[in-house]
Formats: sequence, C-alpha cells, structure tokens
Amino acid sequence: MKILVPTKRVPSTDEGVRIRPDGSGIEDVALAFIINPFDAIALEEALHIRERRGSGVEVTAVGIGNAAFESELRIALAMGADRAVRVDFDGALDPWSVAQVLGAIVRREKPDLVLMGKQAVDDDSNQAGQMLAGLLDWPQATFASKIEFVEPARLSIARETDRGLETVIVGLPAVVTTDLRLNEPRYASLPALMKAKKRPIETISHRDLGVLPEPKVRILHLEQVAVDRVCVRVADAAELVHRLRYEAKVI
Amino acid sequence: MSILVVAEHDGAHARPGSSSALAVARDLAAHSGERVELLVIGRGLAFVAADAARFAPVIVADHPLLANPTADRYAHIIADVAKAREAGSIVANSTTFAKDILPRASAMLSAAMAGDVTGYSFANGKLLLRRPMYAGAAMATVALTGRPLVITVRASAFPAAEPLAEPGERIVWSVDASTLPNHSEYVGLESRPTLRPELTEARVVVSGGRPFRTGEEFEKYVGCLADALNGATGCTRALVDAGIAPNEWQVGQTGKVVAPQLYVALGISGAVQHLAGMKNSRVVVAVNTDPEAPMFSVATYGLVGDVRQIVPELIRELGK
Ligand SMILES: Cc1cc2nc3c(=O)[nH]c(=O)nc-3n(C[C@H](O)[C@H](O)[C@H](O)COP(=O)(O)OP(=O)(O)OC[C@H]3O[C@@H](n4cnc5c(N)ncnc54)[C@H](O)[C@@H]3O)c2cc1C
Ligand SMILES: Nc1ncnc2c1ncn2[C@@H]1O[C@H](COP(=O)(O)O)[C@@H](O)[C@H]1O
Repeated sequence: MKILVPTKRVPSTDEGVRIRPDGSGIEDVALAFIINPFDAIALEEALHIRERRGSGVEVTAVGIGNAAFESELRIALAMGADRAVRVDFDGALDPWSVAQVLGAIVRREKPDLVLMGKQAVDDDSNQAGQMLAGLLDWPQATFASKIEFVEPARLSIARETDRGLETVIVGLPAVVTTDLRLNEPRYASLPALMKAKKRPIETISHRDLGVLPEPKVRILHLEQVAVDRVCVRVADAAELVHRLRYEAKVI
Repeated sequence: MSILVVAEHDGAHARPGSSSALAVARDLAAHSGERVELLVIGRGLAFVAADAARFAPVIVADHPLLANPTADRYAHIIADVAKAREAGSIVANSTTFAKDILPRASAMLSAAMAGDVTGYSFANGKLLLRRPMYAGAAMATVALTGRPLVITVRASAFPAAEPLAEPGERIVWSVDASTLPNHSEYVGLESRPTLRPELTEARVVVSGGRPFRTGEEFEKYVGCLADALNGATGCTRALVDAGIAPNEWQVGQTGKVVAPQLYVALGISGAVQHLAGMKNSRVVVAVNTDPEAPMFSVATYGLVGDVRQIVPELIRELGK
C-alpha cells in the first residue's frame, strides 16, 4: 500500500507574521518555518498505518516548492517517511495549481491513499485536498479526527463538522484531509535528523510531470490586520455588568 | 447568466448564514446584471424550498440519494446545475458543509475559488475579493481568473438578505440517479443537542478556556453565564483536545468564526489562532487571572480575576 502525504512549508505558528510595508508579501527574513501542522498530523497518521500494518506500506512526503522546502522534507524523512519528493517550482501557487500538480504526482506514483492537511495555515484556504479528489474523481473525507480500516481497502472516518461528528466510509483510493484531533505528531529525534541530512530527496521538475502550475487566484495585496482595542480595566463584576448595560448597551 | 447561491438547510429551513451569501450574490448581480438563484439539495425538500423561495427563485434537487450531504454527490449536482444555468458565480456561506463540497465542485468546473471572503470591491469592473490569511493576521486582496467564480463568504461580515415581495419560482431539478457518484457511505452524525442558540448566529457568545477541567465545570460556569445572557457557548481548542467540549463549539482559525454583539472570554489566553475566530466581535470581555494575557489586547472590557469567583458574581449582578 502506498500513502502519499503532501507537506507544505509554512511560517511557524509560534510568532505572528509581519507584512512587508508595500503589501507584496510577508517579511520572511529571520522567520522560522515548519511543516504545516495539519500535514504533520497527516504524516503521523500515515506512519501509524504503516506501524499497524507491519510491512508493505510505503509513505512518501511530497512538497511543491523551491529548494528551501528540502528542510521540511528532511524533517518528514526524520519523522519516518520512506521517501521524500520535491516538485521544483518557484512561482506562486494556489490550491487549484497545487491540486493539479498533486494530480500529476498521483498518476505517476499511483498511491492508494492521499493523506493531507485540511488547511495550510499560511493561506488558510482549506481547498487543495477537495480539489484533488474532484480532479481525480476519487472519494474524499475531509476534516478527519479518526481513521480506521474496516476492510483492507475501506476506511471508516470520523469527520469534524460544524454540526457534530460525522462518520463516513470510503473505499480506496481516496483523499483524506486531517483535523487537529486526529493524533499528536511525533518529534523527529536528533539522530534521525542527522541521518535524514544524508538521505536523497527526489526532485522532479513540473515539466517532467507535464503540468504548468497556473494559479487562478492572484494575491494582489496583503495588509496587516491589527485589532488594538483600548481595553477598559474594570474593578469587579458589578462595574462590568453596569458598563455592558449602560455604556456598551449589549445586554 | 446566473449567480447560484448554494443554500445550506436543516431539512426545514435554510440556515441563516445562507441569507448573507444571498445578500452578497444580490449585490454582485446588481453589478453584473446576472439573475440570482438559490440551489437546495437534499431529500424531502418541499418545506425548505417554500421557505427559500421567499428570498429568490429556487432550484430544487430533491432525491433519496441526496439525503445526506456527501461531497461526491453534492459537488456533482452543483457542477451540473452550474453548467445548465450558466452560472457566472457560485456563492455559499463558509461552513464545513461548503468547505467540504465547493472546492470539489470548483475543481470539476475548473473554476477559481476564494474562501472565507469578508469584503469585496470593483476596480475597473473587475471583482476584487478580500479574505483573511495567516490566522487573520493579514487581509489579502485577491483577483480570480476565469469563470465561474466560486466564493464562500463569512456570514458575520455581511447583512442578511430581505425576503422578496413575491416568492420566487420553484424549479425542479431532475436528478439522474444513474449518473450520481457512489464514493462514500454515510454512517451518521453525532451532535450534542443544545437548547442554546447556534454559535455562529448568536448575539452573545460566552467561551471558556483551559481553566475548566471537566464538562460539568464548563457547564457550571460557561454554560450558566451563557444562559444568563441568552447566549451560545464556545471554547478554545484546548478544551476540544481534552474532550471537555465538543468540536462544534470551537472558535478560531480552525474552528468557527463568530462576530456577535458580545463575546465573553473566560480564562482564554488569546492565542492568535483563537483571536482569528472572534476578534471582529463588537464588544469583547476578557476575564483572566493573568493581567498580561494577550486576550486583553483585543478586549473592550477586562477584568483580572479568577473565573470561579467572577462568574457567579456576574450571574448575580445580571439577575439584579
Ligand atoms: C494549527 C493550529 C490551529 C489552532 N487552531 C485553534 C483554534 O481554531 N481555536 C483555538 O482556540 N485554538 C487553536 N489553536 C490552539 C491555540 O494556539 C492555543 O493553544 C489555544 O487557543 C489555547 O487555549 P486556552 O486559551 O484555553 O489555553 P491557555 O493558552 O493555556 O490559556 C489559559 C488561560 O487561562 C488563564 N487562567 C488560568 N486559570 C484561570 C482562572 N482560574 N481564572 C481565570 N483565568 C485563568 C491563564 O492565565 C491563561 O491565560 C491552534 C493551534 C495550532 C497550532
Ligand atoms: N506547496 C505545497 N506542497 C505540498 N502540499 C501542499 C502545498 N500547498 C498545499 N499543500 C497541501 O494542501 C493542503 C491544503 O492546503 P490549502 O488548500 O492551501 O489550505 C495542505 O495541508 C497540504 O497538504
């Protein structure tokens, strides 16, 4: 069984991002990068599946981006991925173009399962997985918080929705996107990181894949959002209720 | 050409958020001259269709095989209807229903898609959309290429649409069962029944964070204050992870986005991911033992103190 795990390099979620004064993008000097948290969860789940099944499962991490991406792909290798593939591309991407490239990778690698994050925490789109499933005409199960095999090629998935926890069963091959509660991703150990430094990362050009990633969404401008309310500190519950009633008039 | 609004419903009524999507569609239509149509998908839709028709003409895709909102079938219907009605845009409210289905439909239509739209403008006749990125730290202005455009909007950012003077017509969409995909088997939905208002629609939201260590404790403080204010309950990811509160109460970047008249944050530190879901609330109250908690920086009113002491006092004051 082959599992493909798309992994995106995103700015660390520990610090807030700063927007360049001209609005052309984020200030990325001295910014720490990580594997998109939802993708780390997807990778962890793929590794779980491999561990539970014993042999015969191959986990491949795929990133689409420039050479800087290799550091996150090495972390994926250190966490336990069998292979890491980078589709070399230095231009702008959107979920549509990501789905196009992933579709080409799927045709080439023929995985049984694509496990990926529900959302990249930089663009916050929450689209690429669903688009990939649509392009491939595959089953999809988004926002997974539990994945179980009910048969060798059928998964039962608990999905986190606005209305509660939904359960669906999908046959493989399928695209499954992960939510935060699915698992707690492991850390890559230092020795594993050292070893991963020497492992190869397969690099493919998008031309070899036969796709030209053409985004349909163009970001024209970014603006920093600052909500700085001047907080009125109140002394006690009585003052708070009084102000909510007579000053803010919300109750 | 039409602008198609995919209305989410509960089997009886269109959900209120869909009304904001309709308001946006009407405004876009005023610029483009397109007609606005609602699309409802499901089974046994007579009542929903009548309810929806008060707002716009409704295309009704009613079939037993559409009883549950599975992405494969719903996206298939949306793509088919969009083609048949020559939809220039497809608009829906940004919920997990739309987030699951619309990107799939948009890929099937090779359409450009922008999610979580909070504003828009026209520059030389071209539509520019505004949407948050980086957990709401940035607002992006984006342009989409080609047609149709697929847009999900944040209901809280737009007013609700008014009903029409005369109900719109109801157009039956004949569902061809033989072409419907059969990619997933729907097993069921488990939700926590509540008598409180829906989180994204409530005027008042009371949310709790890490200090609440059990479901009972959460009810005793957060739930009781919410009831005293006629509000909904929300929570941080910390409580969902710990299994103390259900996922559907989570507010934030990866949960629900709310903008009520009043948001009360009880023992919530104010991580950017949480702020992304509530910072546009009109009035924000923060109660926290730590006077330096980042939540105070987005609060209108701040009270430093222990929630276990403050909440009962608040409930008493509200009763006066
Ligand atoms: C990719 C990603 C996505 C995320 N998405 C979300 C999301 O959508 N929503 C979300 O909420 N989080 C999200 N998070 C988690 C987020 O980063 C924070 O960890 C979380 O919001 C913290 O929850 P908290 O405020 O309850 O807990 P803490 O940060 O632990 O804060 C608890 C607060 O309670 C105060 N306190 C303690 N005891 C008392 C008391 N007795 N009385 C009063 N105050 C007290 C403390 O001073 C502290 O400020 C996400 C994280 C990641 C990495
Ligand atoms: N450049 C990329 N390389 C690899 N995977 C990506 C890339 N961009 C997005 N993805 C995948 O698509 C998912 C959803 O992204 P998005 O739709 O942009 O929120 C992410 O969690 C990743 O798994």
